[in-house]
Amino acid sequence: MKYMLMIYEDQAPYASVSQEEQGALFQRYISFTNDLHTEGKMLGGDALEPSFKATTVRLKDGKRLSTDGPYAESKEQLAGYYIVDVKDIEEATAIAERICRLHTWNHAILEVRPVMVIEA
Amino acid sequence: MVARVIESVYREERSRILATLIRWSRSIDDAEEVLHDAFAAASVKWPGEGIPAKPGAWILETARNRLIDRRRVEVRRRELLAQHHPTALVVDRSEPEVLADDILRLFFTCCHPVMSPEAQIALTLRTVGGLATPEIARAFLVPEATMAQRIVRAKAKILDAGVPYRLPCAEDLTERVERVLKVIYLIFNEGYSQMRQDLSFEAIRLGRLLNEWLPGEAEVEGALALMILTHARRDARMDDAGRLVMLDEQDRGRWHSDEIAEGVGLVERALRRKSLGPYQLQAAIAAVHCEGTDWVQVARLYEELLRFDSGPVVRLNHAVAMGYSCSWEVGLRLVDAIEDLGEYQPWHAARAQMLLRAGKAAEARVAFETAIELSRNSAEREYLIRVQATTNPA
Repeated sequence: MKYMLMIYEDQAPYASVSQEEQGALFQRYISFTNDLHTEGKMLGGDALEPSFKATTVRLKDGKRLSTDGPYAESKEQLAGYYIVDVKDIEEATAIAERICRLHTWNHAILEVRPVMVIEA
Repeated sequence: MVARVIESVYREERSRILATLIRWSRSIDDAEEVLHDAFAAASVKWPGEGIPAKPGAWILETARNRLIDRRRVEVRRRELLAQHHPTALVVDRSEPEVLADDILRLFFTCCHPVMSPEAQIALTLRTVGGLATPEIARAFLVPEATMAQRIVRAKAKILDAGVPYRLPCAEDLTERVERVLKVIYLIFNEGYSQMRQDLSFEAIRLGRLLNEWLPGEAEVEGALALMILTHARRDARMDDAGRLVMLDEQDRGRWHSDEIAEGVGLVERALRRKSLGPYQLQAAIAAVHCEGTDWVQVARLYEELLRFDSGPVVRLNHAVAMGYSCSWEVGLRLVDAIEDLGEYQPWHAARAQMLLRAGKAAEARVAFETAIELSRNSAEREYLIRVQATTNPA
């Protein structure tokens, strides 16, 4: 089954931790992603730029309204995602746990969603 | 005769047959429907053809044939639409016909941690217990439509989120068994606090089923013993006028002594396994109450229980036991040290009783007032009003 793992991360600590520590987190992600490839579970994924660079678009009175910032102003913001192919929800949540553990100086919350199977 | 046999097969074997059908079909809905069809077929055929030698096996076989028929029709329909999803449609016959532990798979799937506790309870009562949705809705005081939606969503989550239909691995077993016990015990408690004996009885039935298929687990035995021992006092909880009677004033002649003997035997067996847990300790406490309440021993057991659960409810019970075994002043000090129980009725009720026993009538009266306001059932409320009346200055 395919699952999307959405990474919601507390971005505030970025202001106070060193470049080295940020780089180390990035390195942990790279090696984790390689592991996921090797295990044959990785279908895709990306890291996202910080949420202050987000633009939110909606229709207002039939016209496009673009606003600066993310859709929801919560403490944790969407920071990246993986699409994985695994046997069941237990495997998917186990991968999500591994991602949580990559974070040492901030915390991440993972939302795991099955990808819908569209029948033609 | 036929109706009696069908009823007994339904009661004794339904959940196990359903569990097997779910493994074959990978769908709770399909399994429930073909099982329903099979029971309907039995009530039509058995009166004329006679009751089969193994009625349960007949039901399973008939239900399986229905399942295969349905899948064939579905495959044909999809072929006509030029769609191919063969794996989702095949009846899985690679595995043995009946696995003894199918019922456990069903328990673990219904109580899977990816679902909310409410969904786990509803689904367990519906599929393992075989209760109808309106019954479950009544038991949990929610509208029928809400409960129906809760069950539909839970089934959809199992199917679409890929909740596996298998036994947990050895390292997860303890935690997953704990989840199942929690669901069963919540059902029991709901029955107990609402004085709904049918619901308490259903929880005990589920506990027995789990203990039968997962033998040798100390906490499963402990939870079952706890429920049996609590339930054994049901007929003494109220007097003939429907008024609540506290434990130490109950007529022990109304306790079910055979059930107490069973419960005590279970908890003793569990404790001998040397794998102590919170259910065993609570069962041990219940057993001490049944044998004439030695409060020093009860206080000691609560102290032990605090090592597993230092939450406010256990602390409250420990405080009460200390009140009885030590002094009401000590008990009150412990009660007042508990925080976060502002709206919890038993805290106010226990505190009021202790104040009364400690000779502080005026303070007790105020505490009773709050406890009465927060009461959930009328028997409890009437009891408190009666006791409060004794605090009135002569």
